[in-house]
Amino acid sequence: MDLPPELEKYRVEIMGHAIEYGLDFYETVFEVVQFDELNEVASYGGFPTRYPHWRFGMEYEELSKGYEYGLQKIYELVINNDPCYAYLMKSNKVVDQKLVMAHVYAHCDFFKNNLCFSQTNRKMMDQMANHATQIRRYVEQYGADVVEDFIEVCLSLENLIDPHSPFIKRDDGRNGEVDDDDGAAERKSPAKLKSKSYMDSFINPKDVLEKQAKFEEEERKRKKEKFPEKPQRDVLKFLLENASLEKWQSDILAIFREEAYYFAPQGQTKIMNEGWATYWHSKIMTEKSLTDAEVIDYADHHSGTVATSPGRLNPYKLGVELFRDIEERWNKGKFGKEYNECDDWVERKKWDKQTGVGRQKIFEVRRLYNDLMFIDAFLTPEFCLEHKLFAYAYNDRNDMYEISDRDFKKVKEKLLAGLTNFGQPFIFVVDANYLNRNELYLLHQHEGVELQLDEARDTLLNLFKIWKRPVHIETILDDAKTLLSFDGEEHNETEID
Amino acid sequence: MVKRIDRDVSRFRQIIRGKIKKDLKKYITRGELIGKKGKDLVSIPISQISIPRFRFSQRKMGGVGQGEGDVGSPIGRGDETGAGSAGDAPGQHILEVDISLDELAEMLGEELELPNIEARGKKSISSEKNKYTGISDTGPESLRHFKRTYRQALKRQIIAQNYDPDNPMIIPIREDKRYRTWKVTVEPESNAVIIYMMDVSGSMGDEQKEIVRTESFWIDTWLKHQYKNIETRYIIHDAVAREVDKETFYHTRESGGTIISSAYKLAASLVEKEYSPAEWNIYLFHFSDGDNWGEIDTDECIILLKENLLPKVNLFCYGQVESPYGSGQFIRDLEDYLPEEEKLVLSEIPDKDAIYASIKEFLGKGR
Repeated sequence: MDLPPELEKYRVEIMGHAIEYGLDFYETVFEVVQFDELNEVASYGGFPTRYPHWRFGMEYEELSKGYEYGLQKIYELVINNDPCYAYLMKSNKVVDQKLVMAHVYAHCDFFKNNLCFSQTNRKMMDQMANHATQIRRYVEQYGADVVEDFIEVCLSLENLIDPHSPFIKRDDGRNGEVDDDDGAAERKSPAKLKSKSYMDSFINPKDVLEKQAKFEEEERKRKKEKFPEKPQRDVLKFLLENASLEKWQSDILAIFREEAYYFAPQGQTKIMNEGWATYWHSKIMTEKSLTDAEVIDYADHHSGTVATSPGRLNPYKLGVELFRDIEERWNKGKFGKEYNECDDWVERKKWDKQTGVGRQKIFEVRRLYNDLMFIDAFLTPEFCLEHKLFAYAYNDRNDMYEISDRDFKKVKEKLLAGLTNFGQPFIFVVDANYLNRNELYLLHQHEGVELQLDEARDTLLNLFKIWKRPVHIETILDDAKTLLSFDGEEHNETEID
Repeated sequence: MVKRIDRDVSRFRQIIRGKIKKDLKKYITRGELIGKKGKDLVSIPISQISIPRFRFSQRKMGGVGQGEGDVGSPIGRGDETGAGSAGDAPGQHILEVDISLDELAEMLGEELELPNIEARGKKSISSEKNKYTGISDTGPESLRHFKRTYRQALKRQIIAQNYDPDNPMIIPIREDKRYRTWKVTVEPESNAVIIYMMDVSGSMGDEQKEIVRTESFWIDTWLKHQYKNIETRYIIHDAVAREVDKETFYHTRESGGTIISSAYKLAASLVEKEYSPAEWNIYLFHFSDGDNWGEIDTDECIILLKENLLPKVNLFCYGQVESPYGSGQFIRDLEDYLPEEEKLVLSEIPDKDAIYASIKEFLGKGR
């Protein structure tokens, strides 16, 4: 659907500014929708067609209620796809629409150029619709309840992926292992080379075969002890390959895995992506597009976007300020050995080498970094102080979250911890034949933060539904190594040494 | 157009309803819903149904925030949603679900296995409704029943051997045409009145009133579900009785003695003047701690009940709440003197947890 002429005029104008500034994006299709349509699309994670599930309904109820009560309103919704799709809410003011367009073009630029997104499916719009169709077909075939239950199981395990794996290989998760040195051992395993019977003793000499058999025996023993041989980070992939699932089940699990990989980069670059878009909408609006009459409304909207509250770190705010800080530092040459070694604060403060490469630097950053690296590389003590960042912790004496530290190192540590593995615990499959009884043994690589116990139990229960044999996860609870188990009937908690 | 999301929303609501029903007993006894009541909707807070994952305990995790404050200053309660980490992890939301009173009543009915009430008396209002149930061979074209017409034509052609399976052409003629037709059904509607009476003498404390309030909320909800047309009247009494509005009913605290008959007299005169038993279904609820002033008055109450009230009402419910001061004699007296009145329901409500059972006692008779 074409934009109304007035909006189309602004779109062309803003696209022009964006290109002028050097933003580089896929074709972007804007669609004007009513608030309820926007809420619907937003509930579906931005895609108009998804498989049926109540959690979308829950999302929708919340959004609608928030909108009705005037508490929240979605301004911007953009989908990483080629072409990019973006939605504008019909009832918004023209100045809002302009701001959103500028914001959206920057997002599209980010999607297209940031490395994290380089492996994402750019035809996801179609792919999601295909997934939906496939799942609907299974619903018709096997019944809504059965499929719904299974979907919940998949959702529950959705985060057990390896966000780096797209860069290692790219397939639907059902074929092909990464070819590493284990492959060599496997290649030896065929017992006999093909031969005519009278040639057999020459082509497959007895002593070689014996050696081979011994080797295989050892190999089998080793494998028996340990399968998988190395801990597997992509738990979903492991399950797809090794759990006994019916075809429709593994199809659905594969769909969820694919969608999880599609969404993962957005989780990895939330701060950067929003910061980048905010940086550019602010630039384009204030330097180019804003008319005098629109200033107040713009300022109101923009300040809402970057507003902070004590308990919540606003990714828009943090991102845009960091990008601005980087630009300024690289413009003034506040980087490199000389600057880093200077410990005179006054000197540092008025440092200006007229390097002028700030703009260039931020474009480079938006291409190469993800949130974790972004914070690690560019969060400075000065920034931390200026923006009043603090770390907080839960105090169980008064059931409150309290400011625990303003020290730069601690703040940064905490921030990085929250971003590592996009805020998810590291979980590996270490043994699929635990106790030689085909039980599944997962390891939570503990890095200081415990798992939410009640949820972990429920997740084990879901895992059991897929593995169909007892499942375990090793973690640390109250400083003690603990094995949480579910055997199909009851949960167990055993301390291990 | 039906939106795709509607299906998901209704599935979600269905799940929520199941959840509420499961916890209905808790909601009934807590009475916290009453404060959340709007005109037709009740907001029920339920914890969001989340999908379990292996994830970090939010409390152990902490996070990074931005703003003023010294080390040690609190920034949010432990159960608040505000404190999400930079990773934007979803907090535990409390979801407010709006549910209509009617739906709530239905759940209550199903949960307590309450029978539907058989209304009595002359149905004072009746409404006519058209229902398209029949088929006729005359009628306007706009109501033509295509399938029936077609079938009729097919039948006729087969009988007349005009039907050729290789060239199946069906041509309906005038006589084949069938039309939808309606029937007028008369749906009676009954009137009902609830008269609540409460003892507000010195011995009835806030806790006792809270019980009364909660219980009458549920009774109200149920009866409103059963009758389209319902009136509610409130009477409070200590040594004298007077009619009040709803607000006053729940919030007055009087002191002084208790003369129950005063309330019964007032109720009787209300019924006499305004609610003829021939046209109205009458429900009387009386809540007290059972500490009546003297046996003479109790005798009078019993006579009033026997001669004046019970013959006219559908149900007379006496709920006795327990208070530290009351003797609780009244319920025993009623039991002794009116043992075989089936319109009289007595129920003891020692504490909030007993509300559930008491509602069932009151409304379980289907009157």
